[in-house]
Amino acid sequence: MSGLESVAGIDIGSRSIELVVFEGTRQIRQMKVPTTYDPLAQCEKLLDGMRVGRVVATGYGRKLFIESLRGIEVSAITEIQAYALGARYLFPEVRTVLDIGGQDTKVILLAPHGRVAKFEMNDRCAAGTGKFLEFMATALQIPLEAFGEFALRSDKRIQINSMCTVFAESEATSLMARGERAENIAMGLHLAIVQRTVGMLRRVGMEPPLVFAGGVAHNPCAGKVLEEQLNISLIIPDHPDMVGAIGAALHGMAGAKERGTRCDRKS
Amino acid sequence: MKEFERAGERSLLSLVEHKEAGGKVAGVYCLFAPTELVRAAGAIPVSLCGKKEAPISAAEKTLPPNLCPLIKSSYGYAVTDTCPYFGASDFILGETTCDGKKKMFELMGRIKPLHLMHLPFDADGGQALAFWVQEMIRLKGFLEEQTGRSVEVRELNRQIKLQNEVRKLLWQISRFSRAETVPLSGLDMMTVMETKSSCSDLEAYAVLLRQLIKELEERCAAGVAVHRRGAPRILFTGCPVGTGSEKVLQLIEECGGVIVSMENCTGIKGQDLLVEEDTADPLQALARRYLRIPCSCMTPNEERLNLIRGLVEDYRVQGVVDLTWQCCHTYNVESFVVREFIETRHGLPSLHIETDYSSSDTEQLRTRIEAFLELIA
Repeated sequence: MSGLESVAGIDIGSRSIELVVFEGTRQIRQMKVPTTYDPLAQCEKLLDGMRVGRVVATGYGRKLFIESLRGIEVSAITEIQAYALGARYLFPEVRTVLDIGGQDTKVILLAPHGRVAKFEMNDRCAAGTGKFLEFMATALQIPLEAFGEFALRSDKRIQINSMCTVFAESEATSLMARGERAENIAMGLHLAIVQRTVGMLRRVGMEPPLVFAGGVAHNPCAGKVLEEQLNISLIIPDHPDMVGAIGAALHGMAGAKERGTRCDRKS
Repeated sequence: MKEFERAGERSLLSLVEHKEAGGKVAGVYCLFAPTELVRAAGAIPVSLCGKKEAPISAAEKTLPPNLCPLIKSSYGYAVTDTCPYFGASDFILGETTCDGKKKMFELMGRIKPLHLMHLPFDADGGQALAFWVQEMIRLKGFLEEQTGRSVEVRELNRQIKLQNEVRKLLWQISRFSRAETVPLSGLDMMTVMETKSSCSDLEAYAVLLRQLIKELEERCAAGVAVHRRGAPRILFTGCPVGTGSEKVLQLIEECGGVIVSMENCTGIKGQDLLVEEDTADPLQALARRYLRIPCSCMTPNEERLNLIRGLVEDYRVQGVVDLTWQCCHTYNVESFVVREFIETRHGLPSLHIETDYSSSDTEQLRTRIEAFLELIA
């Protein structure tokens, strides 16, 4: 290995795990695997054969991961900090970060100098997150990856009032029973999560430029409707789901050596 | 600290002795219950269980699931007869601090004799004090009937002094956390405070508190801290917490924060309010004091913000965590004012958490709390 130390950032989310590796200031690797029921095994697979000096974990699995790893320097930061760091690295002018992931929606307001000033996060319920869209896509028998394009083929806007996944499914079912086109129902479901997100953005006191990251940023309908409702253009990274892993790695480079993890579990 | 952890057991034993000697036990739920008056009537007031998840499913047979966990847990303990204090109680004192509780008390009244104190919701209103004095008189009548003992002015004044002494000691203990090195964790503080509402013998409790003060003085002199250097100093406010419902408190300290003060009613709320001593009409004095408790059931409730302001300044607080139990409307609505006050007036970050007693959202809460502490550090 060259003289430069390599640092990995790993984002262990509810649906996927992303890994990026930096050598010096150069990103040399980027990978993604599904989380599955055994996230640790997936992490091992990702790191297999890789020689890294330091790993910083983020996402729901961060604690599990740093407790399991031996003989390597590991630490953890929250997704809030990771997305803030990652977004600012990619887009230095960013003031607000929106991350819609598999289970959580997070809105982060950055101070002009880049530190996290304020954040909002959904409570325990996964309403308005990627999970909601995934569930609804399944209900309408559309592959998740094609769900956004499908919704964009709608010809009218209908309101879906329920945010609860189970209630929203009943609402969608009754709309189908009334003969409503599936495309229009799909659009209604996208509108529902966007409206909820806009509420969170307003609560945090959103400032443009706004970076839209996380898995749901891949969905073209979510992005389009958000732009419409906010009346601003969004910045969507080329790989929106990698932002957290990038932020975690950056934290490792910034000299996290002495910080370590701050959240100890009492057992 | 061990002494405080064991206090509950000891208290139960003495309740049994007290009952065997013909004494009565009053089950209470709230800071508004005037315990001086209860003791002056010869009954021992004890706080009833209501802070654990376990009996909630039993309560939901009768109560709607969409209700505050404190009410459901309290009622669940009562119907399953699993709270030893409830079992030992001869009668229950309730207060109309919220709609959920007052309707639940109607149902609880089927199990044990229950007296409901009606609260005016305006501490300063012209008729409020007169009304609340009448409620004190009504309670006095109920107690005398239950215990068969009449309340003497001298005894009531003695109890007022004793209770004031305990309040002063608790206030003094909480003040140690103003130091740079905090000598008592939030969880330990909770245990100390919780003991106040289950101890049968106030004088013995005061002795324990004085011992703790000595210990804390020594810890402070030796510079012993319960936290890491530079740990964010957190003020905890909102709904009551106790053993069984301490998850948010515990997460804050696990994640590296240090609770320097708990403003809620299981914490310091009301401990700075003393009853005027040696008056000719101690019921009036009691009424005046109890009406000033800055609970969110009062409207307006400016005094809570005043208390928070004092704590933020004195304890050099760096962040405020405001807890609302699910469906506690008054604290939930008030959280907006608290956040506005903390952020604009003090320029400090605040985190509002709405949850229940279950552990279903522990990891989400951990992320939010950890991120909040990252924001301060």
